[in-house]
Amino acid sequence: MSETILEVQDLCKHFRLSARQQKLTHSPDRVKKAVDHLSFTAQRGEMFGLLGPNGAGKTTTLRMLATLLEPDSGDAIVAGASIRTQPEQVRSRIGFLTSELKLEECFTPNFLFDFFADLHQVPDQIRARRKEELFTRFDIHKFAEVKVANLSTGMKQKLSLVISIVHDPEIVIFDEPTNGLDVITARVVTNFLKDLRAQGKTVILSTHIFSLVESLCDRVGILIDGAMVRCGTLEDVCQGRTLEDTFFALYEERGNTL
Amino acid sequence: MKSGLWTIFRKELARFFGDKRMVVGTILLPGLLIFVMYTFMGSALTNQFTVDEDFIPKVGVVDLPDSLNQLAEGGALPLELVPVTDAEQGKAQVTGEELDVLAVFPDGFDQAVAAYTPASGERAPAVALYYCSARTESQTAYSMVAQLLDGYESTLANKFDVNSDQDGGEMYDLSNEDEAGASFLSSLLPMLLLIFLFSGSMAVAPESIAGEKERGTIATMLITPVKRSHLALGKILALSLIALLSGLSSTLGTLLSIPNLIPDTGEVSISLSYTPAHYAALAVVVLVTVLLIVACVSLLSAFAKTVKEAQTYVTPLMMVVMVVGMTAMFGDGASTQVWVYLIPFYNSVQCISGIFTGQLQPHLLALAAASNLCYTALGVWVLTRMFHSERVMFQR
Ligand SMILES: Nc1ncnc2c1ncn2[C@@H]1O[C@H](COP(=O)(O)OP(=O)(O)O)[C@@H](O)[C@H]1O
Ligand SMILES: [Mg+2]
Repeated sequence: MSETILEVQDLCKHFRLSARQQKLTHSPDRVKKAVDHLSFTAQRGEMFGLLGPNGAGKTTTLRMLATLLEPDSGDAIVAGASIRTQPEQVRSRIGFLTSELKLEECFTPNFLFDFFADLHQVPDQIRARRKEELFTRFDIHKFAEVKVANLSTGMKQKLSLVISIVHDPEIVIFDEPTNGLDVITARVVTNFLKDLRAQGKTVILSTHIFSLVESLCDRVGILIDGAMVRCGTLEDVCQGRTLEDTFFALYEERGNTL
Repeated sequence: MKSGLWTIFRKELARFFGDKRMVVGTILLPGLLIFVMYTFMGSALTNQFTVDEDFIPKVGVVDLPDSLNQLAEGGALPLELVPVTDAEQGKAQVTGEELDVLAVFPDGFDQAVAAYTPASGERAPAVALYYCSARTESQTAYSMVAQLLDGYESTLANKFDVNSDQDGGEMYDLSNEDEAGASFLSSLLPMLLLIFLFSGSMAVAPESIAGEKERGTIATMLITPVKRSHLALGKILALSLIALLSGLSSTLGTLLSIPNLIPDTGEVSISLSYTPAHYAALAVVVLVTVLLIVACVSLLSAFAKTVKEAQTYVTPLMMVVMVVGMTAMFGDGASTQVWVYLIPFYNSVQCISGIFTGQLQPHLLALAAASNLCYTALGVWVLTRMFHSERVMFQR
């Protein structure tokens, strides 16, 4: 019954460090392996959580899936398109969001919606309906003509959410969805994710917050030092323990100390 | 549903024109400031270009007719007449600043004038006035004498001509070619235009490219399916339009203040007798030049992480372009060598000087325009590559 919509195949990515970066990270190597032979799949309609500490390679992985970074090797098939050979198709089928998605401050929500709808080539007939629907759902109408510079953080975040799904993507990729947000805005975001899932969309999110995975995700992949150390449903991965305990057991197993 | 190119182009314009301070600072202010500045500078310069009020020109005369001699002896003329026997010797005295003007009358002038009827269709008796336009005194003296003779002539019912040069080829202005040839406009305008267009680009391109990188908004566009080439070209076209408007404002300010900058001392005023073809040629040069400038500034900005950094990168280029613009002040008109028109920026300078001196050949203009368009296309291509590059867009 389930259909694989995302298939990550053996992705690798390293960064060449500048002398300054090398000094800053106290690293003896000139290269940093950010993602190391990573493979996993996600099924249509599920919420998949990529869990890992800071520096585990979550952002790098998601950026590769969004075709912003090119992998050294490996590939990923996103909604039928390869990130290596069909990046434009991939971009038109995904919505990519970070908690710090930046919008130009001098524009209004109305303008930005139309601008991104144009970039996504959303047909005019569909666009009006979609704008009405999304602006109503997120209560944007009342500040639709206010410049982004004058919006509160919560309003900005709502607008970012809307902008990321103007084109009604099949997959939404969200890097650290609640990072840096106050509790109320964070709640808006988690509700948004639940809504998406209820509509049958696939959500891939990354986080370092255990409770977020526990409350939202169907399946989880634990990422440490760029490698996937466990992947499966929450029950399979945790086997009766809490997610936090499971994570730290795996973390120390790999020779890391706290 | 619109093409990505048009969407980006419109967005860039909307961003610029939505910001009133940007519009005033980039488009309105430059022209206004230049106008005010040059107007003040002009009135200071005017004092240098005028002679003392009690100035009495020394006029050398060959074969002074009796009629004028009588006028002069009666003290009716505000001139000092100096009899000169030989015209060539007199000319040398004008160049040597011993005389201000040399008037050469034909033999038996009075009789010839009395005998002449305009209806006869024969040549009127002619007076030649030699002067030196590079010297303010000589220029002024020339105007005075010419006016006097004109007045005298009309009382005689148009019976003789002043500086008519019926044979052609006579040079009345004795200033050497360098002094008179390089007119103010053709020597200064290339540099001014380059500076104006460059400062227009500097005001918007770093902000639009490095600024968007700095604020992270370019990443938001990069996750949409928009083609990177459309992003690059859309930005460059929109920024060029804005830089063009800014350059236009500065140029307008300059042109409007020219009458104040150069006082009208007789014939020196710039003759703006250019044809539509001249203006079309100038428009072509300005257009391809602004595209190239914006492409260069955009490329440098794409390397930078912040607007400040971008401006640091761009400043040396501006210096280079300024120096290239200055070459027009020392050169002698447009070059006719073909390869010169392949050198970016220098070809623009050559074209502009050529247009103002009327020496530019159409095929050289076409070559310059085509080569600049090629360089711009190359710039767009590189910028596209940079938008593709994670190193450039997501560097830490
Ligand atoms: N542009 C870059 N240049 C150099 N190193 C980078 C770059 N981006 C990420 N890294 C390194 O790669 C590793 C993974 O980073 P990231 O994917 O951001 O981790 P996470 O999002 O899980 O915190 C980190 O060690 C980080 O320092
Ligand atoms: Mg991260």
